[in-house]
Amino acid sequence: MISFIGRSAVQKMITLFFVSIVSFLIIHLAPGKPSQVDPMNPKFTPEMVERFRSEFHLDKPLTIQYLYFYRDLFTGRTVSWKDNQSVLLKIWERFLNSLPLFIVGTILTWTLSFPVGIRSALQRGGNFDRSSTFLAYLLISIPGFFFAYVLIIFVVTQFQVPVIGMETFGIGSTSPMTRFMDRIWHLLLPSVLGATAGIAVLSRYVRSQMLEVEGQDYVRTARAKGLPPDQVHYKHALRNALLPFVTMFGLILPGLIGGSVITESIFSWPGMGRMAYEAILARDYPVILTVNFISAVLVLIGTFISDLLYLVVDPRIRL
Amino acid sequence: MTDNDVLLSVSDLRIHFRSDNGLAKAVDGVSFDVGRRETVCIVGESGCGKTVTALSILGLIPIPPGIMAGGSIGFDGIDISSLGEDDLRTIRGNRIGMVFQEPLTSLNPVFTIGDQIGEAILAHEKVPQDEVHTRSVQLLKDVGIPSAESRLQDYPHQLSGGQRQRVMIAMALACHPDMVIADEPTTALDVTVQAQILNLFKELQKKRDMAVLYITHDLGVVANVAERVYIMYAGIGVESGRTAGIFQTPRHPYTQGLLASLPTRSKRGQRLSSIPGSVPNPARKPPGCPFHPRCRYSVETCRTRFPELCDYGDGHLSRCPVLYERRETGGS
Repeated sequence: MISFIGRSAVQKMITLFFVSIVSFLIIHLAPGKPSQVDPMNPKFTPEMVERFRSEFHLDKPLTIQYLYFYRDLFTGRTVSWKDNQSVLLKIWERFLNSLPLFIVGTILTWTLSFPVGIRSALQRGGNFDRSSTFLAYLLISIPGFFFAYVLIIFVVTQFQVPVIGMETFGIGSTSPMTRFMDRIWHLLLPSVLGATAGIAVLSRYVRSQMLEVEGQDYVRTARAKGLPPDQVHYKHALRNALLPFVTMFGLILPGLIGGSVITESIFSWPGMGRMAYEAILARDYPVILTVNFISAVLVLIGTFISDLLYLVVDPRIRL
Repeated sequence: MTDNDVLLSVSDLRIHFRSDNGLAKAVDGVSFDVGRRETVCIVGESGCGKTVTALSILGLIPIPPGIMAGGSIGFDGIDISSLGEDDLRTIRGNRIGMVFQEPLTSLNPVFTIGDQIGEAILAHEKVPQDEVHTRSVQLLKDVGIPSAESRLQDYPHQLSGGQRQRVMIAMALACHPDMVIADEPTTALDVTVQAQILNLFKELQKKRDMAVLYITHDLGVVANVAERVYIMYAGIGVESGRTAGIFQTPRHPYTQGLLASLPTRSKRGQRLSSIPGSVPNPARKPPGCPFHPRCRYSVETCRTRFPELCDYGDGHLSRCPVLYERRETGGS
């Protein structure tokens, strides 16, 4: 067990190292430059451009730039080229904004997909199965941004649900309770929208898993033993059907960063995804690279958690 | 055998499946009896409907796509083919135990042996947890698993193939059933382990006074264990009788072909005989006698008329009027 943790930590460090190189190279290979060092930019004289270049170490070879960047990252001195603010601080602020959206969205996705998928599988071909299949494919096929506008037009006119930002403008002076409820109210639409596609996909996946497991020999054995249907379905079948989702559960962690760009843009939600998107448009290399690095770390932590969870739920896996 | 001694009585069972190629008549008129404490074998090639027959006794055929197209299954005076799911459950695992072919896939990989045996007991009897434990240990001992106490905590993948099948048997025996249905219990096992499992069955059967219905394609198993045999071909019963009678004087061309294809010492070095052709697709069975395209005795009437059972005495029945007539007119 200890040796597994040690081994996988070393492996993941090595992976991370290569990720850092590749992402650094990709950013610099990509066409376009930050506007501050673009010679075509009429706002800056050649002297100013030269000053920016030396300040950002852009006049040095790539290897040196790489070392400078990761030195700054690990000592927490990285600053955004756009506004000269600490990148880590910026990300932390945005992270706190994204977190509630992510948590509520994830909870909605996972708590709704499973009952829907399981029920469809157990009543295969029935009315519930057919209508949930139809709905799922409908939601998968409709692009998220389009669905969002349909939702906005319908919900805003019918129920006055707020759709812009995280809180009502100027609400800062009211009681904490009112502000809390205002926050929740603002969270409603973005998180529901963020969860719909997830529910549609995941419930299909749960259904097919459950159907596959229901056809296994051990489910027949359970029935042949005379067990009641609930025990056959929810103990023998479900327990096995859940195994692959344990792996998926670790991998939702990276969704914290990139999973909600569209939702955040549509609802003007000041979250991580939008920040990363804006940074890419502005060629703000430090922000892009830091976000990229953090995503890579989250992916690796996610896979590590999956491995550990698998160990817990599947007795056949031993280290 | 008097009616009182008959434990299981299946008559004219017909199980069909709706499929894309039409109606597959997997079982199309099968009748057999199993007496108390008796060992009966159902023999046939893959796809002849023997497993479907076995599963349908416990109502384990999924409906749909399966259709119970006719016939009845009586067990100890109850018509179990007409029972609902809840009533069937009181019979499954309780009065009829079942052992399947593949012990690895038939045991749930994520639960311990103890858990799976224990729940078989708890499904039918309300007993305290410590009694479940002592009974599970005793069951494992009965089926010959060493250090039973600690084995209860093991998962199926930690056992060998033979041990897994022993656990399956222990599970089937958990509630002292009157009958065990064993669907190819030794097919997936090594030859040496096969003999052990067959001996275990014989021993347990004697100790526990139960009937055993074997489903197998292995005539070696039949000769070893069965008192009576039913031969199935393409969803129908073609011949039945005492084991000795059938092995000595097979009356149906199919049975004759099967026995002729067995390797024996006297045939050492010779090419084994085989039955030409293959089993018909259950959705496209030939009219008349289903065996006629592969039969060397077939005559014109075989193509059109479904053959009736011919009685050779001593319970020996065969579904081949052609050979029956030949016998009366002095042929073999």
